[in-house]
Amino acid sequence: MYKILRKEYLTSSICLMEVYAPRVASSARPGQFLIVKAGAKSERIPLTICDYSPQRGTVTIVTQEVGASTKYICSFEPGDSFDAVVGPLGQPSEFVYECIEDLSMKHFLFVAGGLGTAPVYPQVKYLHDLGVKVDVIIGARSSDMIIMEEQMRNVCDTLYICTDDGSKGEKGLVTDVMDSLVRSGKNYSQVVAIGPMVMMKFVTMKAAEYSIPIVVSLNTLMVDGTGMCGACRVTIAGKTKFACVDGPEFNGLDVDFDEAIRRQGMYREIERENDHKCRIGLH
Amino acid sequence: MNEKFGVRVKCSEQDPSVRISNFEEVSLGYTAEQAVKEAQRCLSCKKPRCVSACPVSIDIPSFISEIAAGNFTGAAQIIAKDSLLPAVCGRVCPQEVQCEGACILGVKGEAVAIGKLERYVADRSRQQGIRFLTKSPSNGIKVAVVGSGPAGLACASDLARNGFEVTIFEALHSPGGVLQYGIPEFRLPKKEVVEYEIENVRRLGVNIETNVVIGRTLTIDQLLSEEGFKAVFVGSGAGLPKFMGIPGENLNGVFSANEFLTRNNLMKGYLSEYDTPVFVGKKVAIVGGGNVAMDAARTALRLGAQVTIVYRRTETELPARQEEVHHAKEEGVIFSLLTNPIEVVSDHRGWVKGLKCIKMELGEPDESGRRRPVAIPDSEFEIETDTVIMSLGTSPNPLIARTTEGMDVNRYGGIVVSEGGATTKEYVYAGGDAVTGSATVILAMGAGRQAAAAIKAKLNP
Repeated sequence: MYKILRKEYLTSSICLMEVYAPRVASSARPGQFLIVKAGAKSERIPLTICDYSPQRGTVTIVTQEVGASTKYICSFEPGDSFDAVVGPLGQPSEFVYECIEDLSMKHFLFVAGGLGTAPVYPQVKYLHDLGVKVDVIIGARSSDMIIMEEQMRNVCDTLYICTDDGSKGEKGLVTDVMDSLVRSGKNYSQVVAIGPMVMMKFVTMKAAEYSIPIVVSLNTLMVDGTGMCGACRVTIAGKTKFACVDGPEFNGLDVDFDEAIRRQGMYREIERENDHKCRIGLH
Repeated sequence: MNEKFGVRVKCSEQDPSVRISNFEEVSLGYTAEQAVKEAQRCLSCKKPRCVSACPVSIDIPSFISEIAAGNFTGAAQIIAKDSLLPAVCGRVCPQEVQCEGACILGVKGEAVAIGKLERYVADRSRQQGIRFLTKSPSNGIKVAVVGSGPAGLACASDLARNGFEVTIFEALHSPGGVLQYGIPEFRLPKKEVVEYEIENVRRLGVNIETNVVIGRTLTIDQLLSEEGFKAVFVGSGAGLPKFMGIPGENLNGVFSANEFLTRNNLMKGYLSEYDTPVFVGKKVAIVGGGNVAMDAARTALRLGAQVTIVYRRTETELPARQEEVHHAKEEGVIFSLLTNPIEVVSDHRGWVKGLKCIKMELGEPDESGRRRPVAIPDSEFEIETDTVIMSLGTSPNPLIARTTEGMDVNRYGGIVVSEGGATTKEYVYAGGDAVTGSATVILAMGAGRQAAAAIKAKLNP
């Protein structure tokens, strides 16, 4: 059973849980995700792996309450168990295959949007532990949506924060911060963006403007997460790929973001149309 | 039909007008009386052609003669020697090209309804709670099986009966593979039939660990080196759905049959108390003509859609079983034959609004021996539809091949095996769709059994 050992609300709607799943914990690598099926009749929900500890046999997940299923996940308490936790899924980040010599020449910039801070954390930690230079931008709508600030500060060289409303850090978008960093002379060799699709789209455009390689992590719809259903298909450099087995990380320049954004909203639109299936609080 | 050689006893079915609005089983199965009467038609051939046409070599004439004598338990016992999934196979095997296809009565009359008889005895023993279990003493040797579909279950049960300690690793949260996620409830009841027969496999001592994705959670090498397994059987199936590569295939409202069926069968999205959403529009076009296409079509129909099957050859070439095509037609599925999609047409919001097709005609036979469909110039037309379900077959899942050094695959992604399912990596065996690409439940079971025999010979307990 996949018992919840610890639970903590990071904001009023974002919940962190440490879950006992020893097989997942001992195989997880940065960049991978997992699937949680909370109860016997629940959906399979892909979630990012925020942290993992092979010693404790646990994985840490961060969930934002947006629909019925994520609210249900967040309603579980320590001592309760999930019906299924499957993973790790997807390919690890490409940099885990690079040798330390090559990595130490690089300067990474991670751009995390809202909940995307969670999957950015293990990547930054991994690189930081190897002594690689890493800066991080966390962007959110307002200060109450900023998560994991202190943990992140501990594993990166410099942390930049921005909010749409200026309630914390710079007032502005993550792309504005990217502008000022590059203009101030920062010479990044790799940008990694994880967050809402639309943010990743604009970060990709910004990175392209400065000719910096850009990797994004696509949080598509999924059912099985093992390549079986194709719900997660995305167009990458004109070809159909499955985010679950070919991704979730891709070269941002190759991603058809408009299609990905449209496909991600597929069931939200259906639910909105079908009154009888309406789920309160979904937005 | 020559009456002298006989007509089989009809099996009652749910009326089409009733069954299109429920997910209960279509075929109701024989009664005891019907089963005996049908069994008495069997000639008990000296050299039974049916047995050699059965991929798991069930002793068909013997079990049928037990039924004819009214000894149903004896019949079930004979089947149990060779098959752990008789209620499944009695329902989904393509008997018409296997045992029944070889039946001598079929030459001039109707073959004995072997599948229906197998189903009857299996259902009866289940209803009466009779299990045929001979749990063997353990030989202490651990063998891992990857995938709990038909190949894995067959391999695991043969190994367990020979004393091996078997663990099956299943990627999904419920065991059964295609029996669970692929074949709909109205053809193969899940709780009643699938779960019961899997429970029988468990009772042989087979341990099933769900939520383990081999190639991700654990690798084959880890199974052999760290987890103490002396051999591994890979029965991971052909999970990867194919798409056509035509424009508009990634529009909202285009699904693979695998996705559509998984949402309904495994996730039970068609039941309101389950959370997984299912979208089915008012009009659904299914592209393809296999059993999976029929399953998707009949599921969509039951969810209230008007359904059209789009297939590029004629009815004769439909790869689906005749029975499935017949049932689909009875239920009101429309067949648009000699029709090939060339584009999925979008509305202004990126949702499907039509399927642009071209008319086909049959030309010269291709390498498969089937006449090749050729497009008729200037015959494009559009089918109005808001959902398109692609059912074009599947290819083997590359997850395991990509993460297992030394195990070769062919250019279609199928694992290369020699006699008995041995792969190019020592102590690793494979069988079923992971080797052949999409085939049938019973062929996968046959391959699983052969591999079990080869593993036994190799490990020589």
